[in-house]
Amino acid sequence: MAQHQVNYLKDGGLPVALTTIDKVVNWGRSNSIWALTYGLACCGIEMMASGASRYDFDRFGTIFRASPRQAELMVVAGTLTKKHAEFIRRLYDQMTEPKWVISMGSCANTGGMFNTYATVQGVDRVIPVDLYLPGCAPRPETLQYAVLLLQQKIRKESASRAQKPKRLM
Amino acid sequence: MRAYTPKDNVQKKPYYTDRYWVAPQVAKSDVSEDAVFSADLEAIKAKFDVLDAYIQVKQMVVVINAEDNYGVIELLKNELDYNQLSEMSAIDWLASEGKFEIFYQMLSMSKRKRVRIKCKIDEKESIQSVEKLFRSADWSEREMYDMFGVVVNNHPYMKRILMPDDWEGFPLRKTYPLQGDEFAQWYEVDKIFGKEARDIIGPENRDSARVDRYDTERFARLGHEVPRGADISQGEPDTPLVYQETDGVFMIQKFDAEKSVVISDRDR
Repeated sequence: MAQHQVNYLKDGGLPVALTTIDKVVNWGRSNSIWALTYGLACCGIEMMASGASRYDFDRFGTIFRASPRQAELMVVAGTLTKKHAEFIRRLYDQMTEPKWVISMGSCANTGGMFNTYATVQGVDRVIPVDLYLPGCAPRPETLQYAVLLLQQKIRKESASRAQKPKRLM
Repeated sequence: MRAYTPKDNVQKKPYYTDRYWVAPQVAKSDVSEDAVFSADLEAIKAKFDVLDAYIQVKQMVVVINAEDNYGVIELLKNELDYNQLSEMSAIDWLASEGKFEIFYQMLSMSKRKRVRIKCKIDEKESIQSVEKLFRSADWSEREMYDMFGVVVNNHPYMKRILMPDDWEGFPLRKTYPLQGDEFAQWYEVDKIFGKEARDIIGPENRDSARVDRYDTERFARLGHEVPRGADISQGEPDTPLVYQETDGVFMIQKFDAEKSVVISDRDR
């Protein structure tokens, strides 16, 4: 059995680490970003690849959930059609605060090559977006980078503050 | 002098004019060249009016009156053994003739032959459903209604299939603009936020390559990040890329290669 020896000359004499509530909460939040599965088109394949064993999102604490009520991140992966726009808004509203959105790929960012009557020209017309991820389709490494950037963003935020009202609200 | 283009009809406005361009024509040949087809055509002619018939790319094309469509296809299915309706839809000829052309592409497995039945209807006219004969016509006819606005009579579930139910306009008509009319362009905004949100959200940006160099609300230059909404018209500072906060993350340490130990003895 391990013997704990308290070094009274170090760390103020106590085996404790001092930090702030913000840091602890944000540490937890940023390392357990549960994402809503939102594969709408071919970007969804890359998103699935990011979650699978080779790229392994789980090691960042990002676990895909099939329910908006258990998710705080929505990765909009693919083309959003106008018919689907109301559903993405409804699912976004069902997610619990705090919540973040990554717009993945050209179609989600701007409508991409679908410059037509049936495609929403960027998901930011419907839901507020935190991070735009370029590419057609972005590779899993790019999505990982986006999630790591989002972790940075979360850690910089104040934990107690409610989500700042975003552009569309 | 420029050529006159009618302003009330977008369809007639030419994208460009090439004076010497001749539309390529697929060669037509007489039905009598093929014994199977000529027998089939005789069987159709015995019961219905045939306006035109010819063979094109080894397929027989039969032009009939629109009100005979159910009867002709029933005859083809039950007596002439054309047992598959592989495709059907409409073609928009509203600009040149004011009519829709409806075509039914039929396949006979036993004869190894394909026949195309064509008929024309006016814009406001409707056509009889062939869903009772071929189940594949169910969705095809709904799509035809959705895309062209051709109403099909006696269809079990005449409803839009691709576009939302409350959509206005028929997208595959030649007069429908590719980037949508006003209804289409504001569809999601009107539906989710209401018409009063149009001013807040603004019109669609149809130039997907457009990047506003000085927009710090939506764009950030890698290595030149500034706070959101900052004014960078006078230039922005250079911030080197960092992959972790400079003061570190709670309970997470950066990997230091110099402090690492390489284990050479695996059995230690």
